[in-house]
Amino acid sequence: MTDHPLILTARMHAHPESSHTIATYEATGGYTALRTALDMGRDAIVEEVKAANLRGRGGAGFPAGVKWGFLAPARPAYLVVNGDESEPGTFKDRQLMERDPHQLVEGTIISSLANEVNHAFIYIRGEYPKSARRVQAAVDEAYAAGYLGANILDSGYDLELTVHLGGGAYICGEETALLNSLEGRRGEPRLKPPFFPAVRGLYMAPTIVNNIETLSNIPWIINNGGNAYSAIGPEDSPGRRMCSISGHVNRPGNYEIVEGITWRELIYDVAGGIRNGNELKAWVPGGASAPWFVPAEHLDTEVTKAAIDSNGSMTGSGAVIVMDHTTDMVAAAERLVRFFAHESCGLCTPCREGTTWLDMILRRMLAGHGRASDPDVLYDVSDNISPGVTWPPKMTTICPLGPSAVSPVASLLKHFPEEVAAAVERGTQVPVSIGIRS
Amino acid sequence: MTDTARWSEESEALAESVMAKYPQKRSALMPLLYIAMREDGYLSEAGMRRVADLVDLEPAQVSSVASFYTMYKLEPVGKYLVSVCTSISCWLLGGDEVLEAVEASAGVPSGETDESGVISPEHVECIGACGGAPAVQVNYELIEGLTPKKATELVEWLNAAQPATLNGDEMQALFGGERSFDWAINETNDATGPYPAFQPHGTIAALDRS
Repeated sequence: MTDHPLILTARMHAHPESSHTIATYEATGGYTALRTALDMGRDAIVEEVKAANLRGRGGAGFPAGVKWGFLAPARPAYLVVNGDESEPGTFKDRQLMERDPHQLVEGTIISSLANEVNHAFIYIRGEYPKSARRVQAAVDEAYAAGYLGANILDSGYDLELTVHLGGGAYICGEETALLNSLEGRRGEPRLKPPFFPAVRGLYMAPTIVNNIETLSNIPWIINNGGNAYSAIGPEDSPGRRMCSISGHVNRPGNYEIVEGITWRELIYDVAGGIRNGNELKAWVPGGASAPWFVPAEHLDTEVTKAAIDSNGSMTGSGAVIVMDHTTDMVAAAERLVRFFAHESCGLCTPCREGTTWLDMILRRMLAGHGRASDPDVLYDVSDNISPGVTWPPKMTTICPLGPSAVSPVASLLKHFPEEVAAAVERGTQVPVSIGIRS
Repeated sequence: MTDTARWSEESEALAESVMAKYPQKRSALMPLLYIAMREDGYLSEAGMRRVADLVDLEPAQVSSVASFYTMYKLEPVGKYLVSVCTSISCWLLGGDEVLEAVEASAGVPSGETDESGVISPEHVECIGACGGAPAVQVNYELIEGLTPKKATELVEWLNAAQPATLNGDEMQALFGGERSFDWAINETNDATGPYPAFQPHGTIAALDRS
């Protein structure tokens, strides 16, 4: 891991007091990639990003260059940068926006150039005012320096960049919901097909939606070449990626990792091990939507996209939530399901009703009113949201939010049946049922 | 345009400049709702009618959008909105206890406002501060690594001092612990006024590109 240079956080490590300013950014090679890209032209930029095999860092992990290749020919086209970071456990994009906003802005300009976009948007969640201030300040500086606006660096290329603030809704991280939100509508996802953003996106025009971290990689890729990027780490998921580690570890935080280390190394070496010398019980490997891993099965498996996928979970947003042996896993599942029940937009019945019922059943179990039928009912509701409760999940809903709520429930039933049974057992000893919805 | 009451000159001018930043003016709806909140202290019916006029929608359409998002407050809230995260990572490290301390100190449960209109506690889902859990925001300015005791002190300080502007770094130094990521950049311009004014450097200011 130490053989490769830091890509995303190099500047903030080297210049902790000024990494967010244009002066430091330019003094450390900033905006040279933009000049190079303007000379390269559109097709050559796309080829470099394809050669880099840069996978999207928002959750789905789709190769960015391939995604760009799907952009329909109609114009105008738009680029929307997804900074609606809301997946529980994830705080990497906030660091990239607050500490190195020009890296993001430069990546956005180059990506817009590559996709013949003349108006791009950075959508930042409303609860991140500091990120919005920093990114807006960087955008203002970039305009003043001639990196944005009309005729950028005398190239004839024009780009407007608008910073947009969300209003507090996890669902807007889903790309079509985000586009609705950016159009001034409720953040409800759109049906795909026909509304694939690359064909019918913002204002029904061809649109690329990329994550903050994804585009923050672009300047490095242009400066060093796509092949240099794809040479880092595993072939299938190369480069460096941000890993947000939280929960019961000694050193929580964001770590810029190269895939290929084991979970044991990540949790015990990188994140400093479990607090108070406690035992590791389980962890969420890729954000709240990801099925859990447990030490007996997964601690010595690799942190690579391929290994995580084949072990039945996902890299997702890169958020690792670590739980020690003191954790009540029924309560942990409830806490995760509660999030999805709160954030369901209500459009699809299986998600709106299913997440709410899963939460109510888990709350009832925690309140001492578990029933012998609860495990079956939890499975049945999960099965109605995501038929077969498989991984990757099948869907009865427009977007993956509903199936995301199934992950913690399925993980609980699979890995901790004895805790579910204990909750049921407690319930049989409590005679009177009470109101359960707070 | 109908005869809805115009906002202050400053807000009207800001609304105009915000709308100019989008290819279609309806896209300015969400930022306009923030401006409406600044005008009235919350998102009033009059505010939503003004927004509807500005973007050529029916008031019901604006209300439908506003009610979808948690940050648009359709009822007045206190001077300080104290948002306590109780999602998974904060919960693992005592977020519920921090919420209890804030509620006890404010004397009202989550979702309500104290009698003097100063503190409105609320519990929120993940605010992206998981590495510094448990986390709290005051008018969306972040404090990480709180304890129930420090959370109580925070509410007492807000009540006693009632600062006209808030600075995230100052509050962090007074009441916080470990952050998700810690670098040497201290904020000198992060002060934001009482909710939902977000002034002079808060949410509204971020919209107002010079």
